[in-house]
Amino acid sequence: MTDILSITPRPSMAAGKTLLDVKNLVTEFPLRTGIFKAVNDISFSIEPGKTLCVVGESGSGKSVTARSILQIIDSPGRIASGSIILNRQDGTSVDLARLDPRSKAIRAVRGRDIAMIFQEPMSSLSPVHTVGDQITEVLRLHLNMSKAQARKEAAELLRQVEIPNPEQALDRYAFQYSGGMRQRAMIAMALACKPQLLIADEPTTALDVTTQAEILDLIKRLQQTTGMAVLFITHDMGVVAQIADDVLVMHHGVIKEYGPVDQIFHTPKDPYTKMLIGSVLKLEQKAEIRLARPPLDTTAEPILDIRNLSMHFGEMKALNDVSIALLPGETLGIVGESGSGKTTLGRSIMRLYDPASGEMHYRRADGRVVDLARLEGRELKAARRELRMVFQDPFGSLNPRMTVAQVIGEPLLVNGLSKGKELDERVCHLMDQVGLDPAGRERYPHAFSGGQRQRIGIARAITLNPRIIVADEATSALDVSVRFQVLDLLMRLQDELKLAYIFISHDIGVIRYMCDRVGVMYRGRLVEVGEADKVCNNPDHPYTQALISAIPRPDPRDRDRSKRFRYIEPSPHIDPSNVKNRSSAR
Amino acid sequence: MVDATILNDRPDRVAVAAQWQLIWWAFKRHKLAMAALFVTVAMYIVAIFPGFFAINDPILQNARSTFHPPQSIHFLDTANGFSFGPHYYGMKLTRDPNTLAAIFVEDTNTKIPIQFFGRGYTYSVLGLFETNIHLIATTDNTKPLYLFGADRLGRDVYSRTVQGAQISLSIGLVGVFLSLLLGIVLGGISGYYGGRIDFVMQRVIDFVLSLPTIPIWLALAAALPQGWPAALQYMMITIILSFTGWAQLARVVRGRFLSLRTEEFVAAARLDGVSEGRIIFRHMLPSFSSHIIASMTLAVPAMILAETSLSFLGLGLQPPTVSWGVLLREAQNIRSIATAPWLFMPGLAVVIAVMALNLFGDGLRDAADPYNK
Amino acid sequence: MLKFIIKRLLWMIPSLFAVSFLAFVLIQLPPGDFVTTYIATLASSNEVVDQNTAAALRERFGLDQSMLVQYLKWIWGILSRGDFGISFEWQQPVSGLIWERMALTLVLALASLIATWAIALPIGVYSAVKKYSIGDYAFTAFTFFGLSIPSFLLALVLMYIAAVEFGADVGGLFSPEFETAPWSIAKMLDLLSRLWLPVAILAVSSTASLIRVMRANMLDELPKPYVTTARAKGLSEFRLLIKYPLRIALNPFISTIAWLLPNLISGSVVVAIVLNLPTAAPLLLQALMAQDMYLAGAFVLLICALTLIGSLISDILLALVDPRIRLE
Repeated sequence: MTDILSITPRPSMAAGKTLLDVKNLVTEFPLRTGIFKAVNDISFSIEPGKTLCVVGESGSGKSVTARSILQIIDSPGRIASGSIILNRQDGTSVDLARLDPRSKAIRAVRGRDIAMIFQEPMSSLSPVHTVGDQITEVLRLHLNMSKAQARKEAAELLRQVEIPNPEQALDRYAFQYSGGMRQRAMIAMALACKPQLLIADEPTTALDVTTQAEILDLIKRLQQTTGMAVLFITHDMGVVAQIADDVLVMHHGVIKEYGPVDQIFHTPKDPYTKMLIGSVLKLEQKAEIRLARPPLDTTAEPILDIRNLSMHFGEMKALNDVSIALLPGETLGIVGESGSGKTTLGRSIMRLYDPASGEMHYRRADGRVVDLARLEGRELKAARRELRMVFQDPFGSLNPRMTVAQVIGEPLLVNGLSKGKELDERVCHLMDQVGLDPAGRERYPHAFSGGQRQRIGIARAITLNPRIIVADEATSALDVSVRFQVLDLLMRLQDELKLAYIFISHDIGVIRYMCDRVGVMYRGRLVEVGEADKVCNNPDHPYTQALISAIPRPDPRDRDRSKRFRYIEPSPHIDPSNVKNRSSAR
Repeated sequence: MVDATILNDRPDRVAVAAQWQLIWWAFKRHKLAMAALFVTVAMYIVAIFPGFFAINDPILQNARSTFHPPQSIHFLDTANGFSFGPHYYGMKLTRDPNTLAAIFVEDTNTKIPIQFFGRGYTYSVLGLFETNIHLIATTDNTKPLYLFGADRLGRDVYSRTVQGAQISLSIGLVGVFLSLLLGIVLGGISGYYGGRIDFVMQRVIDFVLSLPTIPIWLALAAALPQGWPAALQYMMITIILSFTGWAQLARVVRGRFLSLRTEEFVAAARLDGVSEGRIIFRHMLPSFSSHIIASMTLAVPAMILAETSLSFLGLGLQPPTVSWGVLLREAQNIRSIATAPWLFMPGLAVVIAVMALNLFGDGLRDAADPYNK
Repeated sequence: MLKFIIKRLLWMIPSLFAVSFLAFVLIQLPPGDFVTTYIATLASSNEVVDQNTAAALRERFGLDQSMLVQYLKWIWGILSRGDFGISFEWQQPVSGLIWERMALTLVLALASLIATWAIALPIGVYSAVKKYSIGDYAFTAFTFFGLSIPSFLLALVLMYIAAVEFGADVGGLFSPEFETAPWSIAKMLDLLSRLWLPVAILAVSSTASLIRVMRANMLDELPKPYVTTARAKGLSEFRLLIKYPLRIALNPFISTIAWLLPNLISGSVVVAIVLNLPTAAPLLLQALMAQDMYLAGAFVLLICALTLIGSLISDILLALVDPRIRLE
């Protein structure tokens, strides 16, 4: 890593004493084959009341950095060298790196001076202890409160993080909370002893974008009232732009760039930082390939016409009267939050689920129209040759026990279209088409990276010369640097093979980049359909407006939170989680 | 994801390594399991060719050798000058003048050389042909070698233990195989179809698992007529043992089927136009066959223990069939074992066999899924 | 919660019926019946029983009726008046023969269960926390040994050692002077002083398997994020271990009663026969050999019912301690 530019030492440090000073920190993991330095010689500092964002892709060492500070690195990791100086308010200082991970001294810091929240609030809370029990525990441990005092204080904390009916909420278990509520409870627990520093390790990654916005707001507000500093770990440049004072960009355990947020976003120096920022900025508009393409023939007969499709899982209406049409050669985006029914829609089209009612009229190449919802046996099999699917999980969707050639060639083989040497040649050609080296076709999926595996999945999808491809969150599991390669591949293939796409995603940016038209789903219903530009930038439906307003803009100069609001469903039955909306419009 | 440490070792070979290759590499790193595999294989070889490894005819009685103590093989002879070569010494039989109890004393003057691959009693190899070549053979038939001593009727405990391996080790395999057939069919149906069939099957499995096995085996075994031929008895005992053994395997199979049903690659195969049969045999079966084999390996020792216990209680296999459980009946009363503690030797064989199979199965189970590390 | 317990209790009814039917069928399986065996025994002592006497005997015991009728009569007798029928061999009501032996069987099984838990729990936790330490290896070696030795063999070896090394007779549950004595404090103490050996023998293999269960449970729980959360709060390692992973690993541990009890009772049958304990097992074996149908049937039924109740208790306990089940 000699190509690191001269990292400018933190400017404007005169303001006051720093809270945390990390110097030349090295955290390593001894492996059978040698020592792996997860964090390699990094230095940074945090000032009181400020927010430092550590940003990087998976494997960058950002999470290990956070855990090193509290010495809670997973075994067998350990701090090899460097110092972590904590300057307390009372004037005392301590080097956390020197403390034994089991010592009383470090335990006095944990939860009291420095608290931490994590990515998965569900698994980060004990499943068999009440939330109240877990909060009062910290109070009693560090502040020596009596049981009654601690309980009162815990209820007050829950009130602060805007959990309704805090008294009752104390006696409930984590699994009885919603995802956003759990993270609020985690924050309440972390704030119990009024720490000077809150370390937040990807606290919003597992949450929907509207919930994320609320949690970010909450942290910001609590930070203003308590004056604590925040060390925020994330992979999302949009979040960074919204909340950071300073930014630390990490890649493979080393610092790529470190500076004030405005400088990082508007005058980045390091090529890796530029790539990260470029990748979010790219999602602010339509792809260049798209803009260069001649406009679609919007008068053509739809290739797929879905009418009044409904589907239930027990009581829940996963799809509620959904109607939408797909034009030939079009990319139709389906966007929505978790539980909106977008995946169910994709799987119903593929007939992995059998819809309860409704029709799906598919116009075959010869002009014949069939109803996919009614097809069985051979007819269904024939239709599935022309409708293919790309899955979200690049690991789970490939049989690990088959070679790549077998995976890609299987549709040809089982449909009796090709075999032997001819099959082999076609597999090679397909791998070429998706940008994979055919020489690797005898390898097993485990030898490929996530992005490569997704290419294998795409090759399998185009094997039978399909006319429609349903891509369900096809790029969500990939790092940003790889995501664009896959998106661009999909668009290139669309033009080459005259495909129509149904592109399902939770990410408005990806939808805006890829799609011609977009359908927005909310609780099983399609609330809005329109041109991608229109829906993504100037939507009509209040839910879509709320969704768009919640997306963190990747520009630190555009932090107007007053534009953000939460959608409240105008329906007779009131969902208890709607109480959350107290946090909106602030 | 493949175990990262294997990946780091040899990325090129790992890239093209099929599942069994990966499992084998993972298994090989487990030293104790490798040792157990070695012992297991050795024991099954003995079980296939017990006659070759035996020294004396296991059913031959010898009144002069009642409770003959074990002898050891020496390689260096200093009593009669100085010479090398495997041999043992004859035993002199004397009687305690007061109690008239037999006392065997080693007589270093009668040195009897041992022959490897020498001739002994005639035995049949798997019923295919007859031979009289043995791994160890004595050169003096009037003074037999008793490695593990002799029992109440002067029969050679070592040769009987070796002979018993055949029945005891094979009954485990056959019993597990029968359980597996039942388990795969019932568990597979349950897991594949799900729904109401699964619910009923689940209750049945839970019920069978909550039954105490031994009293039920006893009752079933007591129903067998005493006079049946050995082969029929053997079959019936294995069937009785599988009567309760299938439930555990059915549970494993069902669990695997259920989790595989929701795997995305199975959904992907269905969309590829793959037929149900091919999905089961090409996609699902290879994915859990390693787990099934591991569960089977762990079920074999339980079967061996069960047969041993049943036969020991007199409700399993009956003499003259030789199995470890039948042999241990000789050790049933305290007076016999006080005089001849070597009657425990078949028990030692049981412990070694069961331990080796357990360790082997354990290692196999740890290595069975090379993709989910 | 209440709904869960009621559902679980209702489920016991068909299970118990299934068990009773199974027990009855098992006992009916052997060809011939008690009268056949009885006649054979008499014949061997040169007594001849004529057809009429045999028929009279069959009628008296109801053996000439169809199996279903016999079953219904049997089960009705048990349900309505606790009458398990007559032991042919002992010529007295089965209910007079079984209860004390069943009680001792239960005492033995419960004592072994408690011993197993008391030993396996701390060792399992220790092995998981100190994974790959010398102690862990030593305990792992013990577990493999414990799983490999048949309990009857262990009983024999201990009997041998006691007899040869100490000249003691460790068979039975009572000293000779108490065997037929009525219950008293002294007899209880005598029982306790002799109970430990069969308990220890039975506990070896179940302890071995339970240590492995507990170790695996703990190893599953230790890397979970909630443990890291607790650590980040500043709890000491010991306190967080007890409060979080141990507490959660205990849930699957509790559900082990369901299979541990059948295992212990199974094992106790063989051990009881070897050590000649006055529990159900030796009498059951004898009854089976003699085709003493109602006696053997009562034992099989009660032993199976005992394990069913065991799994019922474990399910209810599990629901009590695990809010995820309780509040489902």
